[in-house]
Amino acid sequence: MAKLRIRKSNHAMNRSLGGDIGINAVLLVMGAFMFLPMLYTVMQAFKPLDELWHYPPRFFVQNPTLNNFKVLLNLMSTSWVPFSRYIFNTAFVSILGTVGNVFLSSMAAYSISKMKFPGKKALFQVVVYSLMFHTTVTSITNFWTMSKLQLVDTYWARIIPACATSMGLYLMKQFMDTSVPTTVLESARLDGASEIRVFWQIAMPMVKPAWLTLIVFCFKDLWNAGSSIYIYSEQFKSFNYAIGQIITGGVSRQGAGAASTVIMMMVPILVFVITQSNIIETMSTSGMKD
Amino acid sequence: MSQKTETVNRPVSRKDMTKWQWTWKEMKNNKTGYFLLAPFYIIFFTFTVLPVILSVFFSLTDFNMLETPNFLWFDNYIRLFLDDDIFMLAIKNTLVFASITGPGSYLLSLIMAWFINELPPKIRAIMTLIFYAPSISGNVYMVWTYIFSADSHGFLNGTLMDLGVISTPIAFLKDTSYIMPIVIIVALWTSLGTSFLTFIAGFQVVDRSLYEAAAVDGVKNRWQELWYITLPYMRPQMMFGAVMAITSSFGFGGIITALVGYPSPDYCAHTIMHHLDDYGGSRFEMGYASAIAVVLFFMMIGSNMLIRKLLGKVGK
Repeated sequence: MAKLRIRKSNHAMNRSLGGDIGINAVLLVMGAFMFLPMLYTVMQAFKPLDELWHYPPRFFVQNPTLNNFKVLLNLMSTSWVPFSRYIFNTAFVSILGTVGNVFLSSMAAYSISKMKFPGKKALFQVVVYSLMFHTTVTSITNFWTMSKLQLVDTYWARIIPACATSMGLYLMKQFMDTSVPTTVLESARLDGASEIRVFWQIAMPMVKPAWLTLIVFCFKDLWNAGSSIYIYSEQFKSFNYAIGQIITGGVSRQGAGAASTVIMMMVPILVFVITQSNIIETMSTSGMKD
Repeated sequence: MSQKTETVNRPVSRKDMTKWQWTWKEMKNNKTGYFLLAPFYIIFFTFTVLPVILSVFFSLTDFNMLETPNFLWFDNYIRLFLDDDIFMLAIKNTLVFASITGPGSYLLSLIMAWFINELPPKIRAIMTLIFYAPSISGNVYMVWTYIFSADSHGFLNGTLMDLGVISTPIAFLKDTSYIMPIVIIVALWTSLGTSFLTFIAGFQVVDRSLYEAAAVDGVKNRWQELWYITLPYMRPQMMFGAVMAITSSFGFGGIITALVGYPSPDYCAHTIMHHLDDYGGSRFEMGYASAIAVVLFFMMIGSNMLIRKLLGKVGK
């Protein structure tokens, strides 16, 4: 497996002091631009009412309170569809979609990366081209396909398309190309292992960083998904959609809105922190030939 | 006839068969390969490739999901480009928006990744998280509606009034002269995503010995190092990052709607994505919506092709 080389020191050569100062200054300014709004969200979530309406507005919270989270819970309990249902919907779709995508993408990626058969180059090229357009292009026409397949207004309308993403296949294939030596697979085949066994017991453990990355990317997309044009019924809608309804309830719900955002963002951020080094390792193989 | 008897005596080789026979044999020998990729590709073709083909077909009809469609040839496109003033506005807005956020997010990702790479490993991991977090945190961009809120309780208005810069609050998210710059800033804020991570990774795998060799060859500073060694070395990552940045620059419709509502005041932030949703998602004019989708599709593919051409020149 290609291990990532982590550099100990960068100050080997050609580093001017002025350049260092300049780089750190830019990082500081841009870091503040990226970080302060995130921090402000967290601050808003813990502000009591009088601080939310204080003039002039204060950035930092003075007397942190959990009141906004309580308001949020109250709002949740008054909704027509029980809030636990929205959470279940998002969790159900996220988990099934992620598991499906990891399995199907890995299988297809293994086949394209490690086996020889006619047509595989063309099949991969189609996926590369599909990376170049955003899914908004396909969403409207897919409504027709979904209705023909009777998938509209079911969980499957969100799960099935999520099971085969071009990103999933692309990342898995690129990583397998560099990290799974063909010789290892060959010797396993000579020992009489079936292709499926070689894939599952030899190749898959070797590409752990890639499928961890795929889990994070896929989970984050499904977790953050808001309303979908394929779902009408309230009882199938997502957590993010329900939270959006609360926030749009007006400025008076600013605190509860911020509290809900904090809950929403904690999950993907935590998942990323845990898997960061694996993700970076995967992305290093994601390059595209020109 | 003599040829046939000959083949019995030696193993079958490619020369004995036509191209098609050979292909067919190879396909049969590798059934497992097709079996493994079939589930993925069946779904992929149904929901990613088929809709593109269908869009082209639907765009030539007046299909509306209910009645039998009539064939219109290019009427939808003629209506789109000659009769639909809002679509013209949408094209203009999309081009302005995408041509700033696409290259903007790309350069921002690349430069920030490069600077972060100069830091020690531990700080590097923290900075990566700080820059990447806004793009994965769901609807966290809603915080900008608190910052740009139109009354004195909005963070920016309140602060500016307190400092005496302005005397009455500015309706940032309703004033057409502020909306476009603000949505572009917010879009850039959430845009350090996949391409940023790709660059972070790309910088870390550049072969260190190349730098030592380059120093001997007379590369004097880090700018030269970047241009002559690092960037050419990580060209594949740069290509992939470009594709990601451009594709997502066409996908910010949701953020615009969340910040300024739909439709935006005077359609000043109305993009092709909104127009598509309007006709496809709300009015079910599938034929017309498909024509919009086809135009959007070619804009995306076209800009990707253009950028890939340009990137081929890096380091030369």
